[in-house]
Amino acid sequence: MAQQISSRGLVVVSAGLGQPSSTRLLADRLAAATSRQLTAGGQAVELETIELRDLARDLTDNLLTGFPSPNLKARIEQVLAADGLIAVSPIFSASYSGLFKLFVDVIKHDGLAGMPVLIAATAGTPRHSLALEHALRPLFAYLGAAVVPTAVFAAAEDWGSLDHGLVNRIERAAGQLARAMAGPPRAAPADPYNDPIPFERLLERRP
Amino acid sequence: MQFGIFTVGDVTTDPTTARTPTEAERIQAMVTLALKAEEVGLDVFATGEHHNPPFVPSSPTTMLGYIAASTERLILSTSTTLITTNDPVKIAEDYAMLQHLAGGRVDLMTGRGNMGPVYPWFGQDIRQGIPLAIENYALLHRLWREDVVDWQGSFRTPLTGFTSTPRPLDGVPPFVWHGSIRSPEIAEQAAYYGDGFFHNNIFWPSEHVQRMVELYRRRFEHYGHGPAAHAIVGLGGQVFMRASSQDAIREFRPYFDHAPVYGGGPSLEDYISQTPLTVGSPQQVIDRTLGFREIVGDYQRQLFLVDHAGLPLKTVLEQMDMLGELVVPVLRREFDARRAPGVPDAPTHASLLAAPPSGEPVELAAG
Repeated sequence: MAQQISSRGLVVVSAGLGQPSSTRLLADRLAAATSRQLTAGGQAVELETIELRDLARDLTDNLLTGFPSPNLKARIEQVLAADGLIAVSPIFSASYSGLFKLFVDVIKHDGLAGMPVLIAATAGTPRHSLALEHALRPLFAYLGAAVVPTAVFAAAEDWGSLDHGLVNRIERAAGQLARAMAGPPRAAPADPYNDPIPFERLLERRP
Repeated sequence: MQFGIFTVGDVTTDPTTARTPTEAERIQAMVTLALKAEEVGLDVFATGEHHNPPFVPSSPTTMLGYIAASTERLILSTSTTLITTNDPVKIAEDYAMLQHLAGGRVDLMTGRGNMGPVYPWFGQDIRQGIPLAIENYALLHRLWREDVVDWQGSFRTPLTGFTSTPRPLDGVPPFVWHGSIRSPEIAEQAAYYGDGFFHNNIFWPSEHVQRMVELYRRRFEHYGHGPAAHAIVGLGGQVFMRASSQDAIREFRPYFDHAPVYGGGPSLEDYISQTPLTVGSPQQVIDRTLGFREIVGDYQRQLFLVDHAGLPLKTVLEQMDMLGELVVPVLRREFDARRAPGVPDAPTHASLLAAPPSGEPVELAAG
């Protein structure tokens, strides 16, 4: 039992398209750093990585039909059950990619409320770095997620230099996420099928 | 157990011929299907209600009144009657009138509608969909049961000394099914009143249908209407049949691939495996439909969707012949054999006249 309490679920969502992709590379670095810091703090880590490319067809189907395929449903449930989320997208046309947004769109309303989230992005040039602040951060703020202060951007040139501080940013952001995840777990959302609002309250409009 | 068809009333281009029926043709086709339903031995015809193209059935009681005059035993119903944007007073009047004209062969299924702009077109707000459904039905329920109503709510003008006419036939209000795909509040509402609950059982995986029905049954018992297993459940279903399943799949695929609801999305095979859609032989339809009982328990009404996505009338009539000759007689026999003792049939005018429901809703504080 004590082992269960000290275990933390970390889910990584990568919207990279290439194989291999720099987005996945960044995601893995962030996951490793976060896991290391959680472990150092005495927490066991259960890490799951979701490649959205593998779900592209299922995501489109869900958008059109309104329900997820069994495979996508299992992945969404992994995210909802996580104690922390690392969300990494390539920057396309000044924002997160469409594939990334598709995944966000099929997660139920309030599903990420209170979830510690580390946002990160990749692009060809550093000129896109503020897309994290004007696109990803407001998106997760809207969803009620607890986004850690440091967002991590990696341009192509960052991978060829130790001078630009990418490694330091990764460590700083991972530390923030690990500390957020070490807190008390999120309260499980109410299940309206198990605990319906009694009719008397519906009639009196007291939801 | 009752079997029937329900129609959305969409005007959709046949993707195999590029031909689009006129509104006149579609309306006449819906009437033809209703008459065919009685001819092939089905029990129920239900029409949708929509207030936007490409749908034609904006005026269900007009259509059902015409069908009533041309049929003898068919039960006329809706799928659904918009409890949110219609004035509940007008629903009370229209369906009581229809009940008189049809000799009691009338019930209705309330629903909220699914297109945002319909609400503002009728002066309402879609964000109030659930409160509208709750309040409007509470008024409708009283209008059919109290001769003189004083009433005040949040959405329509108050009533003082109002009598809805005509009074329900023989003093028996039409039976009401509450239809909802995913709103637990509506299952709760149906349970509170001891009314029926209908799940369209078309668009979503069965596990979801199961969850909604289970909630309704549990709360039906909670509100004192009887054991959960005796709650009144209806399901939809979507079928396309040919003698061989290969022929059925081949013929239906272009309609599936271009259908407004799922066209461009999952493959026909994926959709068949993930939802209750059945495309195959009559025996496959029988097996799948009997399987619904395993998911929701003994239920009282099964409606099939057969006439959508641009399928030509001739094809749909062939589907109904197969339902009437090959599928429904077997389903009646097999469901009867499987049904647990004591499970009631769906209420009809005759049954409600003979034995009014015992568990009227508990009295709430006067509001």
